[in-house]
Amino acid sequence: MIKKDTWVQIRKIVLKPEQRAKTLPEATKNVPLLMWVKGALLEDAEIGSNVNIKTVTGRIENGELICENPSFLHTYGNYIPEIHEVDIMLKKTLYGSDD
Amino acid sequence: MNNSYESVMARKNEIMRKSVGIDFDKFETGHISFNYEALLKEGNLSLDIIKEIQQNNGVGGTPLKECKNITALARKVAKPGYGARIFIKDEALNDSGSFKARRASISCYQAKKLGFKGVIAATSGNYGAAVASQAAKYGLKCIIVQECYDSLGVGQPEIIEKARACEAYGAEVIQLSVGPELFYKFLLLLEETGYFNASLYTPYGIMGIETLGKELIDDCLKLTGKEPDMVVCTNAGGGNLTGTARGIKKTTDKPITIVGASVNLKGLHMADDLDFNKKSFTTGHTGFGLPFIINPDRSDVPRSSARPLRYIDRYVTVNQGEVFFITEALAVLEGIERGPAGNTSLAAAFSLSQELKEDQIIIVQETEYTSAGKHHQAQLSFARENGICIYFGDPQDEIPGKSIVLPKAINMIKAIDLDLDSIRKKYLQNQFLKSNIICQTDINYLVEETNTSRDFVITELKKYNVKVED
Repeated sequence: MIKKDTWVQIRKIVLKPEQRAKTLPEATKNVPLLMWVKGALLEDAEIGSNVNIKTVTGRIENGELICENPSFLHTYGNYIPEIHEVDIMLKKTLYGSDD
Repeated sequence: MNNSYESVMARKNEIMRKSVGIDFDKFETGHISFNYEALLKEGNLSLDIIKEIQQNNGVGGTPLKECKNITALARKVAKPGYGARIFIKDEALNDSGSFKARRASISCYQAKKLGFKGVIAATSGNYGAAVASQAAKYGLKCIIVQECYDSLGVGQPEIIEKARACEAYGAEVIQLSVGPELFYKFLLLLEETGYFNASLYTPYGIMGIETLGKELIDDCLKLTGKEPDMVVCTNAGGGNLTGTARGIKKTTDKPITIVGASVNLKGLHMADDLDFNKKSFTTGHTGFGLPFIINPDRSDVPRSSARPLRYIDRYVTVNQGEVFFITEALAVLEGIERGPAGNTSLAAAFSLSQELKEDQIIIVQETEYTSAGKHHQAQLSFARENGICIYFGDPQDEIPGKSIVLPKAINMIKAIDLDLDSIRKKYLQNQFLKSNIICQTDINYLVEETNTSRDFVITELKKYNVKVED
């Protein structure tokens, strides 16, 4: 159970496939337009249930509760060996070989 | 009220009118023309007043820096005597980390002045953080609407970072899956909240950049005793190039070549759910650059103030691999680590400098901040996870969505010119679809819009059997 006033994220279907704009590529036409938004939970609820939240601007949004205390976990990605090769090429061209 | 997609779109003009505080109808002139210069005077803000607003809000006055080592590298592969000096305007040092702060500063100033309680912007780019940052300064509420995820909920790392930045500045972020109906949600939010539409395409969104054009000239004179020969602007919606060129023209009479540069994303459909995460650039690319240059009024206001065709002298493309390569060069040769999208114009300038002589000057007019997600390593890593093949070779072999080709030799970085006359003809074709009868005022307008001649416009209109009123 997630308690009222907890910061959460909800997901909502804004437009079902049949309600979407007429001129869309096939891959987009067949899926709904989805929305994700964060706010304070207005009632105790379980993940997956339909809830109301109050957003940071004070708006009320409704949707499926998907996450408690949503975090940003994006990173600088995995090591890319090619970047190191770029460095070698740049320095060799500009300053010549170390040897 | 009926909130179906069709009903909301039908109320578009009324919602827009209320949300920007501008009556666009009063600028309409002929059948297809409007008075552009009169629209750009909206708000009665002179360049000096704009400068003052920006100075008071952490915007502008960014340093112009000479990239001596990148210039030296260009000279290694240029013909003897060629390789213009390359400078960058370090716009990442504006509050919120990009030149977009210039645009947001005037929109938020105006929103506050007109008594709006909040601002809304539809953007997946740096503009969101810029509006959020400026809104914070004015005590305005702020909502940013982003296209962020594919339908499986996989987000583009660069856009997720921008969501984080918007939240850091106190904004509410609405994230949507792929599709042009983002505009539908945007309209609903404007209607629900009564907030100001901080569109990138209002006059405020453009006049805020004119200071950048002026600073370029002033800074360059101060540092070198000369004005630049060429200025390269990353081009997407066209506002960056338009505002910069206008600022330059207000500051000097010297003919300076204005170059637009976009990342080549040919073949990727911008509204395709599957293509969405196959691109490594979410802005500054041809997927925005080309549709907007041939049809500027496709934006979120009735008349866009971003009209790059009026000012552009050359329009070039570079490939994703070339931009990542030059982003790394900026870090390891100049000691300046910046986000890749802002370096689109630097990749182009590296190639263009080799066409100019050593005593000439080329200015890259922006950089952007870098962070997790918004970094060439994060983007290359994400591309590899999505099955994109990354290899060293000839960047001209790159296939957007399938490969990223890093140049295997320095002399393989090549800005490729697009045919501007054919772009101008496509622009005119779009105009003639709006009306098959036009008047003399329209012809004069089209000459200005395309920066061509009366003969050029008349030759084109004959092809479409357009009648001209006496």
